[in-house]
Amino acid sequence: MFAYYFQLGLRSLRKNPLLTALMVMAIGFGVAASMTTYSVFRATSNNPIPQKSSQLFVPQIDNWGPEDAQRNNGEPPQAITYTDAIGLMRDHRAKRQTALYPAGLSIVPADANQLPFHENTYAVYADAFAMFDIPFRYGGGWTAAEDDSRAAVAVIGKTLNDKLFHGENSVGREINLDGRSYRITGVMDHWDPQPLFFDAVNTGGFDDPTQLFVPFTRMIELKVPTNGNNNCNKDPGQGWDNWLHSECIWLGFWAELPSKAEADAYRSYLSGYAAEQQRAGRFRWAPNVRLRNVVEWLDFEKVVPAEAKISLLVALGFLIICLVNTIGLLLAKFMRRSSEIGVRRALGAARSEIYMQFLIEAAAVGLAGGLLGLLLTGVGVYGISLIFDPQVARLATLDVPLVLLTLLVAILATVIAAFYPTWRAAQVQPAWQLKSN
Amino acid sequence: MMLQIKPILSALRRHKAGAVLIALQTALTLAIVCNALFIIQQRVAHLSAPSGIDEANLLVIENSWADKLSKEDADAQQRADLMVLRRLPGVQDAVASNSYPMRGGGWDQFITLTPDQTTAVGDAAVYLGDEHFMDTLGVKLIAGRNFRPDEIRPIANRENVMPPVTIVTKTLADKLFPDGSALGKPIYAMSNTPTTIIGIVDVLQTQSLADWQMRNAYQSLIWPMRLVGNAYYILRAKPGQLAMLRKEAVKALYAQNRMRVINDDGVMGYAEVRQKAYDSDYGMAVLMGVICVVLLAITAAGIVGLTSFWVGQRRKQIGVRRALGATRGDILGYFMTENLLISVGGAVVGVLLAIAMNLWMVTRFEMHRLSLFYVLAGVLLLLLLGQGAVLAPAIRASRVSPVEATRSV
Repeated sequence: MFAYYFQLGLRSLRKNPLLTALMVMAIGFGVAASMTTYSVFRATSNNPIPQKSSQLFVPQIDNWGPEDAQRNNGEPPQAITYTDAIGLMRDHRAKRQTALYPAGLSIVPADANQLPFHENTYAVYADAFAMFDIPFRYGGGWTAAEDDSRAAVAVIGKTLNDKLFHGENSVGREINLDGRSYRITGVMDHWDPQPLFFDAVNTGGFDDPTQLFVPFTRMIELKVPTNGNNNCNKDPGQGWDNWLHSECIWLGFWAELPSKAEADAYRSYLSGYAAEQQRAGRFRWAPNVRLRNVVEWLDFEKVVPAEAKISLLVALGFLIICLVNTIGLLLAKFMRRSSEIGVRRALGAARSEIYMQFLIEAAAVGLAGGLLGLLLTGVGVYGISLIFDPQVARLATLDVPLVLLTLLVAILATVIAAFYPTWRAAQVQPAWQLKSN
Repeated sequence: MMLQIKPILSALRRHKAGAVLIALQTALTLAIVCNALFIIQQRVAHLSAPSGIDEANLLVIENSWADKLSKEDADAQQRADLMVLRRLPGVQDAVASNSYPMRGGGWDQFITLTPDQTTAVGDAAVYLGDEHFMDTLGVKLIAGRNFRPDEIRPIANRENVMPPVTIVTKTLADKLFPDGSALGKPIYAMSNTPTTIIGIVDVLQTQSLADWQMRNAYQSLIWPMRLVGNAYYILRAKPGQLAMLRKEAVKALYAQNRMRVINDDGVMGYAEVRQKAYDSDYGMAVLMGVICVVLLAITAAGIVGLTSFWVGQRRKQIGVRRALGATRGDILGYFMTENLLISVGGAVVGVLLAIAMNLWMVTRFEMHRLSLFYVLAGVLLLLLLGQGAVLAPAIRASRVSPVEATRSV
């Protein structure tokens, strides 16, 4: 019966091609607009580390006082000072933890014909590799002992390894950074979490994959400044040491807290830490601290661009209008066939049969609209770089789930739109229709 | 015409569903089109904001040293670089700075009028540069004087020195000293040492163009310093020489010293800077424009479709009316008026929806209030669209022959 109704539907659609074309186009455009904007929204609101997103936390400590917090809805600053980062590292209340910042280092190739270049580089502690589930192709991270001894060691990315060592196992070999030599302890496999959660503050959540990790302790010793934001609420004074011990905020901090109990304990530890600073006279205000996990943090950092939300909303509104349009056109189409319905009903077809027939016909329209929508979504995803930053645009792709979703939305939406016209069609009185002929 | 309204209303009661659908579609379309037009206008207004600099001839090169240089070495290297750049044929002038207008963010300073003031009078974008800065960027001095070479001092990254003198934009000067007396006055930038305003320039755009920074637009200041660490070289080409300089300048820098990093995307003309800075504005305007056009087309198509259906349904009645003496104009008028009634109904709902949608976006996305002009423009657009769409089926209806009255169906 399904196949027969489907055939009937196709035949009826061919009967007035203009009306059919209108419906298919309305659905196609509506679905394509929604799916294109959804592809961006999906990419930007992605959970970059689902297996651990509820175990990794960013602590925030208010070191600037209520006057500044007031400007930010009572929130503490988004980054922390060197003083606090070192304080939290020393107290070591989390299973794993790391302070981090983007370090501006130049890579000097051993081959004299190659020019020096930059890669995205982060200064971290040894715990970072296990914390962030960073995959390794060769070797691994450095040790906590090497953190303590400020060792000249480095972990490099796959792309960098291909560039410098032609993809060979380079563990134990040397890399020249800013004119100094570092021993490679590990080569990462492809690792490109999207959004780039561990440094959403400096990157806005989207940047090229990190290709180089170096020890935080070594970078501080060499006085390598941050490549990211540095915010001061007052003059830090002259020189590196004054800056390091100032209230300027420039560091990220992550703590791994596997259970809720540990997270709660850490939260009260943070309050205690801030209270201690208050007693010591550094803070002249009550503790104001936060502890956010990955998802909460990305939300707080507003990683999903406002453009992605606005365009998704406008596109959904657009789809709704297309559906209202389809309801009208389907109504016109079905009511035109009142006499045909009358004959079918008179010959014994139940109302449910009429429902079946017309809903299947609508589904056929939806399928055609979905196919057109798929084509237009392809065009849309291709054109997305017009609106969004290239770093965001490269994440919007037409993959299998999106293809299936496009078709599903198109068919489902059309069938839902068809309910009212179909109900009206099923209400047709057979006697009345037959008589008027 | 007026007399027809009553019969039209009673006829509409017979096909409520269709009328409601058209009205609903008109309302929703109006709501979205009003807001989309408004977004387009706002984004386009951003796009046309002037920067105050000679964009057509400017080239920015991001330079960083590949080995860790002492301040003295870095200073010597930078002097050598600037010498090379300024001597290149095709270069009018060159300067080293910490940033450039429309870069997308950078160094900002709270500015106060006294050292102990806790709330800033204004936020200002800080540009470091020597006496060549204004000439290189093509910024116009409107009061006071330029820096003298002996006032310029080299500073390293993170070095925190307050310069004794400063040049500010007119916007910043007016914000700090509304009475126009800025020249010669001291100001403070989170420090106890004052800096004196010695010059005022006309327009100089800030580094960040983010929405939340818009209240600080054009509030910039120039400090007589040369950042000797990693810096941006800004070159002003002689007219028509920019394309040639792109390659030549980088080549000359590497010839001077190859232990440096200049990325491919670190060399930009202002066309690219502007495109990067306004990418999302331009894209949003295009997207909203496309959505508006397609939406209007779909709504028009929907009206054509449903009205055609009604005409088909009522051929017999039209025939009867024609047989009873109604002219073609009467029939045409009937359908046009019918559509106008439905559209007006839809427009009323649509205006409310448009305003509600805008208010919601104001709270969620820090957008501005919708101006009434866009609502009225949208209403007019949709009424005209409705009338245009209904014209073809209405003309077809007016051509129905009176003979139809005698036919069944």
